[in-house]
Amino acid sequence: MIEVRLFAGLRQGRQKIYHMEPDSVKNVQDIMDVLNIQREEVNILLINGFHQKPETAVKDEDIVSLFPAVGGG
Amino acid sequence: MDARYARNIPALTEEEWGVLRQKRVLVVGCGGLGGHLIDQLTRIGIGAIRAVDGDVFEPSNLNRQLLSKVSLLGISKAKTAAEHIHLVNPDIEAQCVEAFMTKDNVQALLADCDAVLDGLDNPESRKLLAAACASSNIPYIYGAISGWVAQAAISMPGDHLMELLYPEETVLGDKSVLSFTPALCAALQTSLCVKLLVGRPVNTGTIYYFDLLNQEFEIIPFNNR
Repeated sequence: MIEVRLFAGLRQGRQKIYHMEPDSVKNVQDIMDVLNIQREEVNILLINGFHQKPETAVKDEDIVSLFPAVGGG
Repeated sequence: MDARYARNIPALTEEEWGVLRQKRVLVVGCGGLGGHLIDQLTRIGIGAIRAVDGDVFEPSNLNRQLLSKVSLLGISKAKTAAEHIHLVNPDIEAQCVEAFMTKDNVQALLADCDAVLDGLDNPESRKLLAAACASSNIPYIYGAISGWVAQAAISMPGDHLMELLYPEETVLGDKSVLSFTPALCAALQTSLCVKLLVGRPVNTGTIYYFDLLNQEFEIIPFNNR
């Protein structure tokens, strides 16, 4: 299973953690599509702790973490 | 040593404090983050602070901006910052620049600075400032806030952290900020800055992420692998 962790505002209307079958999604963009998260909403996108792009492929036992855009001051 | 600095020791060694007294920093933005950054840098006793902001205080600033007061509405944020520095610690060389940072003045703002602290509120300005820091070989201490969330990092020249963090399509969502969020973020930034300037070990290119609503803290090694 792929574990998807959502942070801060991305949890609004969603769960904190999702588990997805590796056969059901080929990359992070697919995961965001399933969860109805737009690319521009995501500031930091990690696979197993390292920053990646939405096109990056995912595999079984990956942990995907999505953080919202934070930019105020 | 002046009694005002007695409680800095031994958290800082006297030698480290002496190093800090010789350093000059640039703080761009004197609002939510910038107000706390300037206060913390002033109290610890950094050598010189150049504070930049072209804005004036508005009523909507009062919920979170340390330097804002009802009596200062309509007054320059940069000028207020310089006055705060002088009132709290006259040892500090305070320079205020009552102007917004632009591509035309950013290199001049960086002159003679040992580090730059981010008190900005949008990705475009951060990318401009970070790129200027990179070309001048100056560390950039990033900070950003939203609602209950604060994140901070040291960006070193050439790491392109702002471009990685804020791709062109980035859209900022929640524009609310609570009173404690900039205080925390500025504390992170100032502590990173102090460690860097006195030569303590620091992790660069690493984002420290704090979600105060859910009490979650993450250390994110940020790279483009």
